[in-house]
Amino acid sequence: MTTTTTPVDNGVDVAFLQGAREMLGNEPAGAKFQWRVTNKWVRGTHSQTSTEGFFGLGEEQGRKQEFHFDGDHPEQFASEDLGATPTEIVLVALASCLTAGVATIAQNREIQLRSVTASIQGDMDVRGVLGVDSDVRNGFSNVKVTYAIDADASHEDIEALVAQSQKRSAVYDIITNPTNVTVEVA
Amino acid sequence: MKTTTTVIIGAGHAGLAMSRCLTDRSIDHVLLERGEVASSWRSRWDSLRLLTPNWQSRLPGHRYNGDDPDGFMTMPEVIRFISSYATAIDAPVETNTTVTSVRASGGPGYTVLTTEGEWRCRSVVLANGACGVPDLPALAADLPHNVRSLAAADYRNPDDLEHGGVLVVGAAATGIQLADEIHRSGRPVTLAVGGHVRTPRTYRGMDIMWWLDAAGVLDERHDEVDDVTRVRGLPSFQLIGTPARANLDLNALQAIGVQIVGKLAALRDTGAGDTTALFSGSLRNQCTLADLKLRRLLDTVDEWATAQGLDGELDEPHRPEPTRVEDDPPLSLSLASGAIKTVIWATGFRPDFSWLDVPVLDRKGLLQHDGGVTPSPGLYAMGMPFLRRRKSTLIDGAADDALELSAHLAAHLSHISSRGLQDACKPQSGRLYP
Repeated sequence: MTTTTTPVDNGVDVAFLQGAREMLGNEPAGAKFQWRVTNKWVRGTHSQTSTEGFFGLGEEQGRKQEFHFDGDHPEQFASEDLGATPTEIVLVALASCLTAGVATIAQNREIQLRSVTASIQGDMDVRGVLGVDSDVRNGFSNVKVTYAIDADASHEDIEALVAQSQKRSAVYDIITNPTNVTVEVA
Repeated sequence: MKTTTTVIIGAGHAGLAMSRCLTDRSIDHVLLERGEVASSWRSRWDSLRLLTPNWQSRLPGHRYNGDDPDGFMTMPEVIRFISSYATAIDAPVETNTTVTSVRASGGPGYTVLTTEGEWRCRSVVLANGACGVPDLPALAADLPHNVRSLAAADYRNPDDLEHGGVLVVGAAATGIQLADEIHRSGRPVTLAVGGHVRTPRTYRGMDIMWWLDAAGVLDERHDEVDDVTRVRGLPSFQLIGTPARANLDLNALQAIGVQIVGKLAALRDTGAGDTTALFSGSLRNQCTLADLKLRRLLDTVDEWATAQGLDGELDEPHRPEPTRVEDDPPLSLSLASGAIKTVIWATGFRPDFSWLDVPVLDRKGLLQHDGGVTPSPGLYAMGMPFLRRRKSTLIDGAADDALELSAHLAAHLSHISSRGLQDACKPQSGRLYP
């Protein structure tokens, strides 16, 4: 019996990433990135945010298009629901980051993905944001991500993919660890 | 000024193994030891025993020959074992001699300055140990003064601690052992858990070290692993050596009431004289990663046992229960409330090369070496994690490492001797790497 093996292709250029890892390991200054977005109030709780260029690899970087995000609150809070709630956008960021990691690590481990679906729940007690009870935190009390992954790998290998993706994820780190935040008025 | 061919810095198991191999090759050498033989083992906590069973204490030409091969040596026993080796091989140890500088001597060779005078030599072996100084995280400096800050290296027994809660930071072998002992002493322990290597003491009736040794896992070479820098930085196995061969993992600790929390992420001054310790929300994933890695290791050794036809002689394969993580592990802990009297940093060690004036340290202060061979000709390292093999971390790894590095060292010496006459006719180049 002969078998033909198709090379694993999840659309991730692992060789490039490994090269970058090596290069930036020796040139830590190039690894200093700054991400930037600009946010403008529209009306009520609705605002629009757009991405800009960023700084990295030692210089200003452009990109071929801007991305726009509408943020708002739902009608249940007497808002117009013209965009996702900011808390949903945090979940969007977490999901996008973890899924990008799953694809990258799968490529590196030579696992062909067929489908990857994640559902994410962020539990929140809104008494915090409403200032009803100072013992209730504003943010999520818990975040739960559930992946359904169809791939050429055992269940255990898939679990390992998802675990490793968390280990390497920027947004997972941002959500699970404290970050100093400075907000000032220009 | 005294001269010798090779200076070995440190007279622990690694330096002594190298001494024995150099003697076998008739290479003149001296061991410079800051304290007494086996000094690193003299400054450990009272209840500590080796993590490796007695049968695994093997050095070139010397091994445990007592009547308890499956037991675990106490520290006094380890010191006796290593000291008796020094005597048996007649090692030329200069005790109470602290090295203050090692530098290239201009020609081929090195100048070694010590508190007891100067040595000139053609080669140097750094065998001063991986556990030179406690490696505390930067945030340790933010601990409020009313909480005692104690490096695990300075801990001796629970009676040294004030009554009250203890936060143990780090869950490698040291962290889990101290958490167990201190919690049992009546001082409630919170254990901050980052990346860890879950390891059962016994599996299918045999010690885990028997499995790793027999299946060849400990012989895996530094040039065979994907990322040697990563594996050299891994925390130690979560193990304890006790006469009962007890398994000590996060489940066992939680069963006696230890509170496990995520990695210590920050100490935040919350005003009014209070400081809050913040823990990472990554605890569940850290435990999942460790459970997955453990299952993979057990799969490997099970496959090996089957291939060897040993299944009939061993207990049935099984998988340890996954690590229990409560639904909402605490993310913060107030340090001013009095609930925590002591923070113990079980965050590992780093070697002390503050006296090494040869440019072989990388940006992060780690020794650059390829299996113990540094970029500076004639300068070698011994006794570091995964130096040449996985077992280099253990006493048992010193024998193979010393055998191979002494061969390299001997070849280096004969190379510089054969060039000696030619060099004598040329002006001194002064280059560090000829």
